[in-house]
Amino acid sequence: MIEFKLPSLGADMDEGVLLEWKIKPGDPVKKGQVVAVVDTSKAAVDVESWQEGSVAELLVAPGERIPVGTVLATFLQPGESPGAARPVPAVAEAPKPAAPPSMAGVPAAAAAARRMASPAARKHALEQGIDIDAIIGTGPHGTVTLQDVELAAKAKSVAKPADKSAEMRKAIAAAMARSKREIPHYYVAETIPMAAALAWLAQENAQRPMTERLLPAVLLLKAVAVGLQRYPELNGFFRDGAFQPAEKVHLGVAISLRQGGLIAPALLDAGGKPLTRLMQELMDLVQRCRAGSLRSSEMSEPTITVTNLGDQGTEQVFGVIYPPQVALVGFGRITERPWAENGGLKVIPAVTASLSADHRVSDGHRGALFLVELRDLLQCPEELSR
Amino acid sequence: MSRRITYREALREALREALASDPRVFLMGEDVGRYGGTYAVSKGLLEEFGPERIRDTPLSELGFTGAGIGAALGGMRPIVEIMTVNFSLLALDQIVNTAALYRHMSGGQFSVPLVVRMATGAGRQVAAQHSHSFEGWYAGIPGIKVLAPATVEDARHMLAPALADPDPVVIFEHAGLYNLEGDLPDVAGVDIRSAKVRREGRDVAIVTYGGSLFKALQAAETLAAEGIAAEVVDLRVLRPLDDATIMASVARCRRVVIVDEGWHGVGLASEIMARIVEQAFYELDAPLVRVCSAEVPIPYAKHMEDAALPQADKIVAAVKGFFP
Repeated sequence: MIEFKLPSLGADMDEGVLLEWKIKPGDPVKKGQVVAVVDTSKAAVDVESWQEGSVAELLVAPGERIPVGTVLATFLQPGESPGAARPVPAVAEAPKPAAPPSMAGVPAAAAAARRMASPAARKHALEQGIDIDAIIGTGPHGTVTLQDVELAAKAKSVAKPADKSAEMRKAIAAAMARSKREIPHYYVAETIPMAAALAWLAQENAQRPMTERLLPAVLLLKAVAVGLQRYPELNGFFRDGAFQPAEKVHLGVAISLRQGGLIAPALLDAGGKPLTRLMQELMDLVQRCRAGSLRSSEMSEPTITVTNLGDQGTEQVFGVIYPPQVALVGFGRITERPWAENGGLKVIPAVTASLSADHRVSDGHRGALFLVELRDLLQCPEELSR
Repeated sequence: MSRRITYREALREALREALASDPRVFLMGEDVGRYGGTYAVSKGLLEEFGPERIRDTPLSELGFTGAGIGAALGGMRPIVEIMTVNFSLLALDQIVNTAALYRHMSGGQFSVPLVVRMATGAGRQVAAQHSHSFEGWYAGIPGIKVLAPATVEDARHMLAPALADPDPVVIFEHAGLYNLEGDLPDVAGVDIRSAKVRREGRDVAIVTYGGSLFKALQAAETLAAEGIAAEVVDLRVLRPLDDATIMASVARCRRVVIVDEGWHGVGLASEIMARIVEQAFYELDAPLVRVCSAEVPIPYAKHMEDAALPQADKIVAAVKGFFP
């Protein structure tokens, strides 16, 4: 028996609201399959299963607010029979009083054979487009009642209520306050010439169809990911009083949302992917982020965050680290600046990169070296493209 | 303005009014005259209206019910009192094969404007042969109307429209209600078509009639104290059933308990359940539940009689079954 628990979908998440089940009892479950949608107060996140099996029982109903770590469902391991002992459900069932005599005719076995739902519940579920099999029944014999469906319908619409932005503000406040409370930040910055990078991008984009054109942002992201390979103390998590370096670079990309607030899902293994692929993934991520359909792995796995102000921004940004990460790289606007070189003055496009890092894990000296590395990498854009 | 009156007095007032206002009306039955009625409903009427109009009969339900039909065919407006529904089975042939059928058998030439009154129900320790509730059987007979007044208002006012009806009307008076006192509102009359919501609620509809109405209201009071708002529907008219009122309550509450003092199976409760399933299936949020009499001869012993009948606590338990 496998217990499927609510994972933490970000450091600031203590609880979530189950919005929807994508599975029902009896369904096979594969690794990486999206099995549920959970509202984390920042977004509706598709939660994946990392285990294989078949669904034995759903223990939580859509609409319920549940702490991280709650057993949401049980899966049978391949080969395991449903007869195996059940673990105690997350929400303990109160012993039911004996049913009134008129209900005695309902065979207990019917519950297992077919989902019991009242006619009104079925009708309402149909009208609302809700899968009745994914609802936990609270009526007699576990029957799904109209109220159960109404609750599930309400939960379904929770993704877009008016106070969503307030919820998000709260989540950001909690994470950022924790960061400034716990993490001794240090800051370094470096202005990086972008003439070579922009020239290479212009040449590259001239050969590409519109839809596959590269943005400067993707080059910056790739440079960060590559640069971090030699500065592992900036990439990972500070947990329980110790630093845990991460094996790969999962870049958290800060994406501002139109309705306000921001979210920083991960570009997974950004260092190991060619630019074209990274660009596609970035576009996809931004799109899904704004549509509110992120995957749980993207939410929970960023090992470092990059904030890129882009065309609309200021020249510099010094970010607040997103715990339990240990560093944040910020890029200001790429803009033309006076530039002194070899005793002469000229005008070149440049960008200011900053690093906010956790002094418990790294020192300013190493942080500065990382920014210098970043600068050098961006002078050879063709090498970053691979 | 309303006034306090007993169910028995209300019935007597209705009889007196009918006798006084229409010379075609007369009352006929066992012990209705000199004895004043087995349940003392007609007490004093013999003295007031004389033996021509308050007629004692032999113990011959088949005979005097037939006589009543004959009188009705002849232009009179007879009120036939049968002592209890238990003995009315002797008159069933006249009621089913004659009174209910004459309009049909005569091709519409004859109608039978007959009113039959009788007591029904248990709860008074008078043993099986005096305690059954067969009104559900009558409710299945096409050609007649069946009324079940439960309140003093209905007891006072149902007789007039019953007498005015051109077809046979059977009125069931619950024997446990005769001494019940209630407020008689100052109204001109009542209809004999509709059911009535006696208490409004949103969580469960208790559909009942006659003697069980007050048990249902008592159960609703108990449930209210626990936060469950029960609606109580008084059927009033058992044939034809007022489907619209029943279904409106079903749609409002979505959970239904039917309380019927008739035996559990194949009765009025079953018919109401069938109609709800036919007409309001998708409104239901729980299986239908009925609280009826146990399928036994109604016992004489008090504790056993109580156990055999619908009671307020059984209704409460049935409702709570919806809310585990």
